Amino acid sequence: MTARLRYRKFVSGFMLGMTGLAAFITVAVLFFILGYLVYHGGTSINWAFFTKLPTPVGESGGGMANAIVGSAKLLFLASLIGVPIGFLGGVYLAEFSGGAMAFIVRYAADLLNGVPSIVIGIFAYSLVVLPFKHYSTLAGSFALALMMIPITLRSTEQFLQAVPGELREGAMALGASKWKTIASVIVPAAYRGIITAILLALARVAGETAPLLFTAFGNRFWSPGWEQPTASLPVMIYTYAISPYDDWHRQAWAAGLVLLGLILVVNIVARAILARGVSIPRT
Amino acid sequence: MPVHIAPPSGSLPSREMSSAASMRMTVSHLNFFYGAKQTLFDINLGIASNKVTALIGPSGCGKSTLLRTFNRMYETVRHTRLEGDILLEGQDIHLQDVTQLRRRVGMVFQRPNPFPKSIFDNVAYGLRINGTKLPLADAVEKSLRHAALWDEVKDHLHKSAYELSGGQQQRLCIARGLAVEPEVLLLDEPCSALDPISTAKIEELLVQLKDFCTIVIVTHNMQQAARVSDYTAFLLTGQLIEFSPTPHLFTTPTDPRTEAYITGRFG
Repeated sequence: MTARLRYRKFVSGFMLGMTGLAAFITVAVLFFILGYLVYHGGTSINWAFFTKLPTPVGESGGGMANAIVGSAKLLFLASLIGVPIGFLGGVYLAEFSGGAMAFIVRYAADLLNGVPSIVIGIFAYSLVVLPFKHYSTLAGSFALALMMIPITLRSTEQFLQAVPGELREGAMALGASKWKTIASVIVPAAYRGIITAILLALARVAGETAPLLFTAFGNRFWSPGWEQPTASLPVMIYTYAISPYDDWHRQAWAAGLVLLGLILVVNIVARAILARGVSIPRT
Repeated sequence: MPVHIAPPSGSLPSREMSSAASMRMTVSHLNFFYGAKQTLFDINLGIASNKVTALIGPSGCGKSTLLRTFNRMYETVRHTRLEGDILLEGQDIHLQDVTQLRRRVGMVFQRPNPFPKSIFDNVAYGLRINGTKLPLADAVEKSLRHAALWDEVKDHLHKSAYELSGGQQQRLCIARGLAVEPEVLLLDEPCSALDPISTAKIEELLVQLKDFCTIVIVTHNMQQAARVSDYTAFLLTGQLIEFSPTPHLFTTPTDPRTEAYITGRFG
């Protein structure tokens, strides 16, 4: 074996090693975080955590029932606002626009995606909190919805565009109007991807803390309706983590574990849906 | 052989043709443009009712473009423009609602394009979107029988259309097109993606479908045109060179270019 060949083999092996190591580190980090959370928070997860309200400072015990429900309400309302806008916007981009308009909408969506979440929070604060003169679940949902819109929009657009043009032609040749084609053929063909996109958008905003800091704000008690401040998991983690109380620290770990666990589950389910059926014709 | 400059002998149908069959569709002075480029030049022809008309010619001659003007599918592409008249049963197709037109003039494409739905839902699609009041199951069965697919799928109507073979999918697309009972069925090289056995099945089927509707088929396979059609139109670089009853065109073509094409001197 010549020296040249030996050198090439070495470089090849080295690069394989390096790329493998990088991949390993990436995966390892995830498991490390997960492991850390399990170690620190696992013991604090009990029935009380899920069902009890936070107790006064200094008293031990108590849980995060209101934060869990609060996060659920926030995400629910955020989806109600953000998903239809993102979905219909994606439909518009994929099916109706062309040229300059498409470029502007796409670019705006991408820019919106990059706006720092705290800025979105300030925006929601001035638009919803100030006029109503109080913090509310509505304001928090509004902020989260703004973050969901660009993700949903771009993903919907991409999955719709991935549907082969032949299906469109087939439907139109049968006398379907443009909108009927979209509703009865294109969207059903792309529905798995779209659902995945929505779930991933949900998973993304579920952990956002900054936009909630001065919109939903926080609450030590239950938050009835939509117009009162509400606790949420990410903000609770923040509040408890920087506090001086050990009991609160433990609860923060537990909350982190629950939050991450939920997000992971949503991610896995979303990808499973996508993997299960990409509709591709046989020929 | 007399030497003469032959004007395009495609014209409004000869006396012989128009007395033999009434015209379902008439094309007069059709010129078609892709942006600034003209791709069809002064096309005149008539599509005879309940007959099979074949459009043949080398690649790029405009036969698919011509076919797509018949149901205004060219409108789905930007920067296209059409001059001239196309009449369906005497009515200008550009003055009608396009979705109504496409129910009357159906299309089957080169590659089978069934929807990602069940076999039943594919065939029923056209009926559903047009709001038919008929019982769907009967109409679906009728169409599948006409497309010679019923026996193969009758026990599997709720399976996905994608589980069928290529030939079966194409027959499904034909059934889907037939379900809305069109007056004209346009087929754009329907067999070019299929194996010989499927091709034979579909050719057999086309001859039978004449009874129900008028067929226009684009094909690059001359033998197929000779087997299946009653009238054949030969196009070359956007011009209609010759249009006559099939036996005549293939045995004694009038234009030397037609003869050159069908004898394989170019193509």
